[in-house]
Amino acid sequence: MLSLKSFTATQRRQIGLLTVLLVIAIFEFASFGLNNSHNDPTTFGFTLGNEWVLIHKWVIGSQNGAYLFSLLAVIGAVGGLFLIRGKKSPAAGTAIAGVALMMGFLCWAAAGKFIPLTGMLQGSLLLAVPLVFGSMSGLLCERSGVINIAIEGQLLAGAFASGVVASLTHKTTWGLLVAPLAGALISLLLATFAIKFSVDQVILGFVLNVLVIGLTDFLYKKLLIPYQSTWNSGPSFSHIEIPLLGKLPILGPIFFNQTIIVYLMYLIVSLITYSLFKTKWGLRTRSVGEHPTAADSVGIDVNKLRFRNVLIAGLVSGLGGAYFTIGSVGSFGKEMTAGAGFIALAALIFGKWTPMGAVSAALLFGFADNLQGTLSIIGVSIPSEFMLMIPYVATIIAVSGLVGRVRAPKADGIHYSRGGSH
Amino acid sequence: MSLELKGITKSFGSLVANDSIDLLVNDGEILAILGENGAGKSTLMNIVYGLLKPDSGEIRVNGEVITINEPSDALAAGIGMVHQHFMLIPVFTVLENIVLGHEATSKFGKLDLTKAREKLLALAADFGFHIDPDALIENLPVGVQQRVEILKALMYDAKILILDEPTAVLTPQETDELLEVVKRLRSQGTSIIFISHKLREVKALADRISVIRRGKVVGSAEPSASQEELASLMVGREVNLAPDKTAHEIKEVILKVDGLTVSDPSGRGLVKDVSFEVRGGEVLAIAGVQGNGQSELAQAIINLEDHVHGSISLGGKEIKGLSVHQSLHEGIAFIPESREDDGLIATFSIADNLILDTHREKPFAKGISLSPRAVVADAELKAKEFDIRAQSVKDPASSLSGGNKQKVVLARELSRPVQLLVASQPTRGLDVGSIEFVHERILAERDAGRAVLLFSTELDEVLALADRIAVMYAGKILAIVDSNVSREKLGLLMAGVAE
Amino acid sequence: MKRIVDRILGSALLPALSFILAFIISGFVIAFSDSKVLKLASSPGKFISTALSTVGNAYLALFQGSIYDPNLAHGHGFLQGLYPLSETIVTATPLILTGLAVALAFQSGLFNIGAQGQFIFGAIAASYVGFHFAYTPVLHVLLALLAGVVSAALWGGVVGLLKAKTGAHEVIVTIMMNYIAGFFILWILKTTTFLRHGRIDPIAPEVVPSSHLPHLAGANFRLHAGILIALAAAYFVWWLLNRTTIGFQFRAVGANASAAKTAGISVGYVTVATMALCGALAGLGGAVHVLGSEYALTADIAGNFGFDAITVALLGRAKPLGTVFAALLFGALRTGGRTMQANTTTPLDIVLVIQALIVLFIAAPTLVRFIFRIKNLKTQDAMTSKGWNG
Repeated sequence: MLSLKSFTATQRRQIGLLTVLLVIAIFEFASFGLNNSHNDPTTFGFTLGNEWVLIHKWVIGSQNGAYLFSLLAVIGAVGGLFLIRGKKSPAAGTAIAGVALMMGFLCWAAAGKFIPLTGMLQGSLLLAVPLVFGSMSGLLCERSGVINIAIEGQLLAGAFASGVVASLTHKTTWGLLVAPLAGALISLLLATFAIKFSVDQVILGFVLNVLVIGLTDFLYKKLLIPYQSTWNSGPSFSHIEIPLLGKLPILGPIFFNQTIIVYLMYLIVSLITYSLFKTKWGLRTRSVGEHPTAADSVGIDVNKLRFRNVLIAGLVSGLGGAYFTIGSVGSFGKEMTAGAGFIALAALIFGKWTPMGAVSAALLFGFADNLQGTLSIIGVSIPSEFMLMIPYVATIIAVSGLVGRVRAPKADGIHYSRGGSH
Repeated sequence: MSLELKGITKSFGSLVANDSIDLLVNDGEILAILGENGAGKSTLMNIVYGLLKPDSGEIRVNGEVITINEPSDALAAGIGMVHQHFMLIPVFTVLENIVLGHEATSKFGKLDLTKAREKLLALAADFGFHIDPDALIENLPVGVQQRVEILKALMYDAKILILDEPTAVLTPQETDELLEVVKRLRSQGTSIIFISHKLREVKALADRISVIRRGKVVGSAEPSASQEELASLMVGREVNLAPDKTAHEIKEVILKVDGLTVSDPSGRGLVKDVSFEVRGGEVLAIAGVQGNGQSELAQAIINLEDHVHGSISLGGKEIKGLSVHQSLHEGIAFIPESREDDGLIATFSIADNLILDTHREKPFAKGISLSPRAVVADAELKAKEFDIRAQSVKDPASSLSGGNKQKVVLARELSRPVQLLVASQPTRGLDVGSIEFVHERILAERDAGRAVLLFSTELDEVLALADRIAVMYAGKILAIVDSNVSREKLGLLMAGVAE
Repeated sequence: MKRIVDRILGSALLPALSFILAFIISGFVIAFSDSKVLKLASSPGKFISTALSTVGNAYLALFQGSIYDPNLAHGHGFLQGLYPLSETIVTATPLILTGLAVALAFQSGLFNIGAQGQFIFGAIAASYVGFHFAYTPVLHVLLALLAGVVSAALWGGVVGLLKAKTGAHEVIVTIMMNYIAGFFILWILKTTTFLRHGRIDPIAPEVVPSSHLPHLAGANFRLHAGILIALAAAYFVWWLLNRTTIGFQFRAVGANASAAKTAGISVGYVTVATMALCGALAGLGGAVHVLGSEYALTADIAGNFGFDAITVALLGRAKPLGTVFAALLFGALRTGGRTMQANTTTPLDIVLVIQALIVLFIAAPTLVRFIFRIKNLKTQDAMTSKGWNG
């Protein structure tokens, strides 16, 4: 018998997580499987449009499904534990267990009903889009040492500007161009007050959000409602199907039949991931976020780099804001970002300040949000409020160290001035 | 290359840190700058390196006046610096730290580390350093980190190298190795400014010595000058390098530590199975290079650490697992390693700082109600007893000098009934006058029959105060020796060589 | 005496200047978004006079709606003209309490963004005791208030506990817990216990009259005893911070947690106690709001009280007295803003802009100093939240 002490802290946490998954799997087996007197058919739909069809739909009895998937989850969890014992990464096991648990839950919850699986995943991606943009904005700021709580404000400014400009010019392109600038304008305030006037960054971000909410609410009531036809009836982007890729079964409609904003998101995420870890700019950015004095001592202008990165971050989240208007419905609604900026912040933290982690967390939160919507539409009796709480509860669990020690860049949120702090 | 400073002046508010300083380093020469803590050495070097701007004065390289506004200007002029607090990013690799600020890129802005890697390995081989370019800095011992700092300066052709208190974190053997490296650099034509307050090293290394006191150059000396001469020049008066230690009576065991282990949250051992005793009337000094578990051991004794196993008994009573408050009130006085971070609350008044530990007791409190008048009255008494020089005890602690801050900490900690004094680096960063005061106070506690556990990285301090010396290395106590042990033996122990 | 006056003037100068700047900038926003004004852009003279009158009318309505309205006084006496002031105080009452919840946390070095959620829990519990039970009048009010205080203290205490035990940053946890509280109240208002009989919109039954807070100025004014509770709470917080050992520990941990810990003060205890007390204060705000002026729990019961609390505490520099004044000011802006929205074409939301700008300028004294060319602007201790790792 291996003692727990022979594992590193990370491995011990992975073991903890897999054990929790295992317990849930057994619970699922018992309550959705054994203790389930019905076996109504659950139907999963896989087609959405004109993609190539692999399979239209799949029907399984709710009890059989619960048996099948909870067993699969057990296999995944146990396999993960064996991987750890063999000193390998248990990621594959964890992923199998997680997905299987979710499928088992769906089989039980949607007994006798139809779940459009592909549509649900597509919806999840769409809900994740502003979260991804927002978390990338947070990443750019915080990796260089400036806390960005103003993501919400940047998204809202981007949404407002793109909606209004697209409406006034009747051109989505103009909206798409203006949105990043609106975000950058908020960033300009953030950078100026944080870096030039050394205002506490958490307080500052909070106040900037209030400012943007106040301004957009004010202008919405003053101009957008009374003069709706000119100010708030913008066009929106239509979907572009990528040849061949867009025809792929299941994956095609989810990833490759989207608006330009989603494609820009792929581009930006790839660019940031590459740049942060492979380029000179990335090395310098990470250095000013960790140890600005050291960066200064080798001739890097810390505050200039921070200022520039905060501005770039504003461009990114401003563009993300455009998703709310020209990326979907066209017109602007009061406080339409509805806290997406804070979930984006949560995704950044949940993803441990890494691009891929943040994107995964954003997708997970998008999925939770959309699952809740799907289930309430098909009439499953779980209160939607509890489903909506998932991202927030998950984030609290994450920062409490139950998933893994979350470590922010060391100099994050600390104003840099020479000889100032020591 | 030669470097000349002319009339460098720099003030912070009313404090003149540098007062028209003139200095000259000739080509291929080692100039030592000697001065006690707070004399203004680091300010001067930060000016030369472009981290601070002087109020007036000029800097000449090879006789030509140059302007240094930024570290990049200094680097371009061939001036490199090894800072007292390393300028290395812990989560970066050695190579990433080396290239930072001088990155080469290939297409798409991609970092290209191949050339830098080759040059680093060649340079390291040249000096006989074993360095893994892909190791993370945070996983390297401090001695190796310092080599990375030196290589970082040499990689970009520093012709003038400033070393700011470079031996503070090194064992005596590592110090000797460093001195050899510095001599080799000189022989290759590098001009060197070596900043220190350690007389022995300065004498061993320097071609010339300039002494700075209170922001002014007060004189120069030859390396052949005696330690006493150098010390009095540095301090400005006769200095007694060894405090008077009288004979004394050693009493019963007060502190007994048995099998003590301290780990960090991830389970890595910081203090490993440590056992020792301290008796009344003796000073047990824990010597060792910084970062070998001393801080954690000191904090564990007052239960300030979280992951501790083993036993700590005070006067025969087990105290492990008590709260910090209870531990202190069992009779431990605790002088923390960092006055600024752990000893004092800068924005609080001196009076409030004096009752951080006893604010719940009479006469300061009745129930939960606090009496500001009693607090001030008591503080005025303590200020007199411990010679705390302040306008008013209602002034914030931040207005005090380093020495007076330490007196506030001493006054607070020694005002409780005390069996044991735990003092961590009690004189770090203090001027000589304050060091003498602290040393006298520590010996007075010992002479009064209390047990003293002194943690110090300064070998001179250890030898001057200790009755017995325990040497800590990599979390373990390697040996406990008598205070008449040779420096060489101590040095070997500090480097982890136990016979 | 003169010294005290100087001190008050000195510390009021920066807020006053920030206030002026905020109103000037918001004035531009009001003017340049007005279609009447914009149409006159071609004739500068008319443009400026119309702009000025638009802004002037808006600010006049803001004043009349928040302090004294001569139209109301007309034929009904001076006192009736003070009806807006009564409304201002009614709005300010919960704001004082939530503001204190944020200010107290600042003193312990914690940034409590969670007043909103704490307020919600206070309101839910007070409402439940208020409509579900029937006791004698005084006892009923006290029990309802107590229920609000205790449940919100628990909700806030969780944040402290998480921070003390796991190091989870309170800013992140409180942001998340606000959302959770928001969804929780939506859910609970759908349950049979809380949903008012015969209604489908989220509203709870009215609390019974025995649990109402008494009116202070007769039935014509909504002014209720909550303001006395709020002022007492402000005095309590001042006393706690400055005259007790507990407050000493709070301030010590807030100023330097590491030194406090080394001197034997339990940082974990302070963190949990502070957050529980902050929860209690914000929860008291929620309870007072329900029992004093709203009487029925709705999904939007918390309005913006929890978020405005942060700007209130910042404006009040985390001091109890400052928080009271700041809450009265923002309460006035809110109340006046409603009148302004009704009587002029200027939407209420400009008040948010004014609030944000005031706090922004206060947080950046260097900028204000630069704009007004003042050398010795007293700034006092800047409030900081120490980043994610602090």
